[in-house]
Amino acid sequence: MIATLLFACGLVSVLTTIGIVVVLVTESVGFFRQVPIREFLTGTRWAPLFSDQAFGILPLLNGTLLIAFGSMVIALPVGLTSAIYMSEYASPRVRGTVKPILEVLAGIPTVVYGYFALMFVTPIIRQVFPGTGIYNAAAGAIVVGIMIIPMVASLSEDALSAVPRALREAAYGLGATRFEVSTRVVVPAALSGIAASFILAISRAVGETMAVTLAAGATPRMTLNFLESVQTMTAYIVQVSLGETPHGSLEYQTIFAVGLVLFVITLGMNVVSNRITARFREAYE
Amino acid sequence: MSVSLPGAGQERFRPRLARRHRTGRIFRYLCLASIAFSVAVLIALLVDVAVDGLRWLSLDFLTRYPSRIPARAGIKSAILGSLWMMGLTAAMSFPLGVGAAIYLEEYSKKNRLTGLIQTNIANLAGVPSIVYGILGLAIFVRYLGFGRSVLAGAATLALLVLPVVIISAQEAIRAVPTSLREAAYGVGATRWQTVRHHVLPVAMPGILTGMILSLSRAIGETAPLIMIGALTFIAFPPTSPMDPFTVLPIQIFNWTAKPQAEFHELAAGAIIVLLVVLLLMNASAIVMRNRYRARRDQ
Repeated sequence: MIATLLFACGLVSVLTTIGIVVVLVTESVGFFRQVPIREFLTGTRWAPLFSDQAFGILPLLNGTLLIAFGSMVIALPVGLTSAIYMSEYASPRVRGTVKPILEVLAGIPTVVYGYFALMFVTPIIRQVFPGTGIYNAAAGAIVVGIMIIPMVASLSEDALSAVPRALREAAYGLGATRFEVSTRVVVPAALSGIAASFILAISRAVGETMAVTLAAGATPRMTLNFLESVQTMTAYIVQVSLGETPHGSLEYQTIFAVGLVLFVITLGMNVVSNRITARFREAYE
Repeated sequence: MSVSLPGAGQERFRPRLARRHRTGRIFRYLCLASIAFSVAVLIALLVDVAVDGLRWLSLDFLTRYPSRIPARAGIKSAILGSLWMMGLTAAMSFPLGVGAAIYLEEYSKKNRLTGLIQTNIANLAGVPSIVYGILGLAIFVRYLGFGRSVLAGAATLALLVLPVVIISAQEAIRAVPTSLREAAYGVGATRWQTVRHHVLPVAMPGILTGMILSLSRAIGETAPLIMIGALTFIAFPPTSPMDPFTVLPIQIFNWTAKPQAEFHELAAGAIIVLLVVLLLMNASAIVMRNRYRARRDQ
């Protein structure tokens, strides 16, 4: 009796996944009855809320990937070097102060990062590049990068710390400097764990919502220019749910179609990342 | 030490050693700079918010309802909404999460179904929060007919934090020594008696720490609640789970998105309140963790 009840609790998580898939797919089917999948996946104009409607998701995908790419340019190098410092260089005392700081950074709500982007980062960008609009992809990418640093740092550090001591000592014994031990022995040995953390970081950047909604604006656009306003998939979903779109209309169904694309992309990356981590764990145990 | 190695190799070796050490030093500073960057960002963020928002902080700010006139605006409905939200989210996610963790750690056999549930939980933890918002909108708001209520929001957040609650509860339960269970079985306790009277009490501080950390994630969540239709302007507190609501992060979002500078400062004021609440939650989690450790180490 109790075992069944506990099993039911465990089943809730499975039901959640099924629920997500069923909701996204059934609502999207209604959408794809009216908009051909080909037009949706290859169209370069996204304007469901205008009278002259267009349903090409590429501009939203462009905005999402632009922000994700920009944030990775910050988060990956800074996160990885922070991890190397904490795992290979820092004394326990330094690590004891730095780790909580990173945890605080990781715990700050994303809407606060959105405020920070709009009130602090954007004015700086506008001073360096006069003529930039209030909403621009750069500010969004920078704060998303900042909020992902702790995750990259902490997961990569776990991977680095898991490298057996013997490997390091063998390298030191051959006369390698600390830098050489770190970059040519420890990092390559932990590469799969580091890769897993990078993939998870990209997935987080793709799914990040509030900071990009506030900072990057609401202009779906095909562009590689960080100084222009873009719209991500997540920001579009927020825009629709803030508006007065009637339930059941084609415009309303777009959030499920866009949500489905978002879910498939992030889930795919999470699965790959978990697989890599699982395989990596077997290597040293 | 006049070992004569083949000449060429030794001559090349010495000048490079200085360079190798120099490269090492530069790299070390680079790594340090990365950490300094994070620290600087944190300071910049806190200072920026404090400079903008501190002068709005007052008892009036905490006890007034939102207003179109900045000088009269407050965050009472947002604070009460967040409290309702946290209470209901905890009430739903705690039993479900702990139940699932007990099942996975103490009851389940190592078979494919268990593996599937475990993988599923790991993957759910990485699903973007806005996707949970879409789920909540379709299931709780529409299908179950909760409407745009506190209950619909809390149910959505409960599902959102569930993976984290389960994983941290599992770790706490796993940390309980096997000898304790064997002693209980030895005197004839059933599996449930063992769990209920011996495993859970020992694991509880760890479980509660994980719960607080999960709730501190939930209290900052904005996107899923916007999805399920939390209102941005609300001048009364919820009095039942079926009432419409707003929460602190949504109030912050609403004020930040307005063009007027006064509203931005109000947003900063609300951010300070939110960060203080988060700090208190995290501090209590840390205190609990340390006390637990101290007791275990005795």
